[in-house]
Amino acid sequence: MNRLLSLIEALGATILGMIEFTGELAIFAGTGILFIFRPPFYPRLIGRAFMEIGYFSLPVVALTALFTGMVLALQSYTGFSRFGAESAIASVVVLSVTRELGPVLAGLMVAGRAGAAMAAELGTMRVTDQIDALSTLSTEPMGYLVAPRLLAGTIALPLLVLLADILGVLGGFLVSTQKLGFSSGTYLVSTFTNLKTDDVVSGLIKAAVFGFIIALMGCFNGYRSKGGAEGVGTATTSAVVSASILILALDYILTQVLFVK
Amino acid sequence: MSDQPKIRIRGLKKRFGSKVVLDGIDLDIAPRTGMVVIGGSGTGKSVLIKSILGLVTPDEGVIEIDGEDVLKAPRGRAKELRAQIGMLFQNGALFDSMTVWENVCFGLLAQKRITRRKARDKAAEVLAQVGLDASVADLAPSELSGGMQKRVALARAVASEPAIMFFDEPTTGLDPIMGAVIDELIVNCVKTLGSTSIAITHDMASAQRIGDCAAMLYQGRVSWTGPASELMTCTDPVVDQFTHGRAHGPITMALRK
Repeated sequence: MNRLLSLIEALGATILGMIEFTGELAIFAGTGILFIFRPPFYPRLIGRAFMEIGYFSLPVVALTALFTGMVLALQSYTGFSRFGAESAIASVVVLSVTRELGPVLAGLMVAGRAGAAMAAELGTMRVTDQIDALSTLSTEPMGYLVAPRLLAGTIALPLLVLLADILGVLGGFLVSTQKLGFSSGTYLVSTFTNLKTDDVVSGLIKAAVFGFIIALMGCFNGYRSKGGAEGVGTATTSAVVSASILILALDYILTQVLFVK
Repeated sequence: MSDQPKIRIRGLKKRFGSKVVLDGIDLDIAPRTGMVVIGGSGTGKSVLIKSILGLVTPDEGVIEIDGEDVLKAPRGRAKELRAQIGMLFQNGALFDSMTVWENVCFGLLAQKRITRRKARDKAAEVLAQVGLDASVADLAPSELSGGMQKRVALARAVASEPAIMFFDEPTTGLDPIMGAVIDELIVNCVKTLGSTSIAITHDMASAQRIGDCAAMLYQGRVSWTGPASELMTCTDPVVDQFTHGRAHGPITMALRK
């Protein structure tokens, strides 16, 4: 009986903890969004965060997209050739990349790179009292540290995904024309015939949401970190893991909302 | 009006979970007075000044600055009252993504009291006050020694000429000579600005150098107040044990309970 009560108690504590965490995250996100629109604004910090999230993530996102497009073309060929449906490869590559793989893979790459960096930076600032110091110097930390990153993440990721879309399609094109023997004209016609504006735009909407999530989880975990170097490490890991899981979960929800008719 | 304390604290309580950190702090700090708060680790000294700064929200109590309760004041007014506080953190808490001059003038720039163009000159002026050459202005904090970082942090704290200054263990991690230099700079800055100050320290020599009066925190309350010059001769058993660093006495007894 006692064991059962302990189990129920532990379960209750876990549920309460999850509710508390969700509430804290929601308040943090709401406050962060509020400060995006509330002066003072920090264009220099927005620019710096944009460079950190967007510009410096270019190589990793570009390479990921290029190789994914190449592999996708090869794998599709292997499968489709069994049914004599090789002509569908261009459509599969372009739709997979723009609707799904571009936003998700770019999101996961940026979460691993920029999300971790954000959590580490804010976490270090927290454990070395730099965030408290901001407050004592008439500066609101949420407006100074969090809002610029949220805004930069939301803008930067769609731009990265746009590039990832182009490079992913290029990867598929290169493999299909150089290795699998497709004619470039036919491949390109097939690509653009099947691609609709909605496919790209919806992928970019996903990317904006993912960019916000990456910045939010990076800032949230870093901002709350405690306990010195170990705490910063934990915050960094949590930022990447939670952002990655949220990206995958939201990807399903957004796909359901945006694409399924 | 002249009898009104600059800072008045009454019945200040704060607990973290089941741990009671502050259990009814009463403290008055007269204008232009240097108060030193001493006490063992974990007795709530940092929580006390963080409560005044608004970095920690107390469970109950009154914190008045110039007669106004900052805990009950509207958010904007509380921010104004707290804007007159300058803080020197224990580890300096310099912004490592900025240069020295950007650190020093950060508060002035945030309050728009100075343009970015003039900030560098102002930084050089304040750095000179704490004995640093203007050539360090363009360095990153990580390029400075511990003592220099402390001086820059002091320069940042005094740059906006605050009416109230807090010092959290200002000599921790410094050699005795550098500690004495920092103490001297603190005394000079506070006197020049005519500020009211609260310093937290475990260093008794430092406490006597920078404080006019002292308060002992013990079991979440102020157990003793008196002139800082009497710290080493005080007959209060808690103060006596703490200031002389004795292993046996009421503080140890309390821990054993």
